[in-house]
Amino acid sequence: MLDFIGALPGAVSQGLIWGIMAIGVYITYKILDIADLTVDGSFCTGGATFVVLYAMGANIWLALLASLLVGMLAGLVTGILHTACGIPAILSGILTQLALWSVNLAIMGMKANVAINVIDKANLDRLLVSLRFVQDVAKGTRPFYRHPIFVVGLFTLGIIAVLYWFFGTELGASLRATGANDKMARAQGINTNVGRVLGLMISNGLVALSGALLSQYQSFADSSMGKGAIVIGLAAVIIGDVLLGRLFRNFGLRLLAVSIGSIIYYVVIQAVVSLSNINTNYLKLISAVIVALFLSVPYWKGKYFVKHPQHGKEAAPHA
Amino acid sequence: MLEIQNLWKTFNPGTVNEKAALQGVNLTLNDGDFVTVIGSNGAGKSTLLNAVAGVFLADQGSIRLDGMDMTSLPEHRRASGIGRVFQDPMMGTAATMQIVENLALAARRGQFRGLRRGITRQEKEQYREQLRTLELGLEDRLTTKVGLLSGGQRQALTLLMATLRRPKLLLLDEHTAALDPATAAKVLSLTDKIVSEHSLTTLMITHNMKDAIAHGNRLIMMNEGKIIFDVAGEEKANLTKADLLQKFADLSGGGLESDRMLLN
Repeated sequence: MLDFIGALPGAVSQGLIWGIMAIGVYITYKILDIADLTVDGSFCTGGATFVVLYAMGANIWLALLASLLVGMLAGLVTGILHTACGIPAILSGILTQLALWSVNLAIMGMKANVAINVIDKANLDRLLVSLRFVQDVAKGTRPFYRHPIFVVGLFTLGIIAVLYWFFGTELGASLRATGANDKMARAQGINTNVGRVLGLMISNGLVALSGALLSQYQSFADSSMGKGAIVIGLAAVIIGDVLLGRLFRNFGLRLLAVSIGSIIYYVVIQAVVSLSNINTNYLKLISAVIVALFLSVPYWKGKYFVKHPQHGKEAAPHA
Repeated sequence: MLEIQNLWKTFNPGTVNEKAALQGVNLTLNDGDFVTVIGSNGAGKSTLLNAVAGVFLADQGSIRLDGMDMTSLPEHRRASGIGRVFQDPMMGTAATMQIVENLALAARRGQFRGLRRGITRQEKEQYREQLRTLELGLEDRLTTKVGLLSGGQRQALTLLMATLRRPKLLLLDEHTAALDPATAAKVLSLTDKIVSEHSLTTLMITHNMKDAIAHGNRLIMMNEGKIIFDVAGEEKANLTKADLLQKFADLSGGGLESDRMLLN
């Protein structure tokens, strides 16, 4: 139990970092109605880009910006495969993801992982977030505002604010319309292809930024760090929706719910690891089963638990 | 003015499902023409409207609207001059967005969409007034998600959206077919009101011959991808259902009326 409590700040920090990726997944999965599998690749692309640039001595903000941009580029590729080449969205994402495996290794100089030298204290101090800061703040050797929960929390709020603003603009509204009803969107003069590509770019930009923050946090990037990212993202989206969906109606709050969903996911995973003797290799299996169950529930509800057949043409409110 | 010349469209060419949906359609609509379109199932009515709207490109022929050649323009580009209402009430609106958000999307049809506010306060007031004219009480439910509205309310809203920016052409594809008779009548009278108020050039498909006669100033009948009868003015106004059925039997080479047409 003590073990679990001790690990809690770290779990929350990780949950917040992955929450940024989950917000990216929310944009494609919930707003554009696309299951985008690019994220498993672009998450690592962001991490690899960041670590390599940072190790070369680049400014940390520039390195983060570069990660965001390469992520957007990955989204652009998926978007073009989907819209200009007519490949189904899922397959487009899988193709980009596969291609990114090679690209990520190339970015890391054909190595499976690259590390940031955090033994060098000056190097460590320049980082925005690090696993080590969690302990340092606890010990009192670093001020509270260097705690990853505080720093990534601010990042998250900033990102939510920007997305809230964006999806309220004419362009953002046209993206939402594209996802809600693309036929209607085209009838209203919206280029739905542009909307889809742009949405995929924004989403993967956030995913890569999240990857950059994670590799900074753990001080290395690894070619398999994005494996199963889409499942974690979906888990966060669903947990947030199930627990807070009724309470959080506002778009900004819904994004916050995704981030909270991600934190809960990591706390639960940490609890499972700390409180049982389970082999951590089973975590992905457990995650997949949980997400599959949550995705099945709405379907089963509609199929097996309808007590009174609905008459008339009224549409059910979309959850 | 809408000018359609020698329009052809074949679906699934070279397969057993080959369907020559449009076989050389020629049609010119003058400004302010309100044309009703009838014909049996598979006559090519919806195909004609979809070809004009740009849902797909025609195999041959040309489409011009107010002198602009639209034949090879994509759907979203044509939308700047065209308002549409579909048969399926779910089709014309975004269910997960608010009533005013849907209207704001429609208000920007044909305009560049940038980073300005998607909807302004001033606009909301304007929409409130416009919704009041529908007499459905929607003016008090501005922020309601459209998915919560009934089929009739959604069709009325779609009609308002289609005409919010005065379109050069209004395409109505059996927009009352999925509604109950009372709601259908209400949406139709609303259609009449809006079309006459702005003297909109309109193409309206209907399966109801009585409606086809009662509305608009011109009627065309389609069969097997061609326009087989085109009547306007006095002559159109004096038509009866029996006349139309007879015409159809004569012109289509035998009583090929569909059950739906007979029932009406």
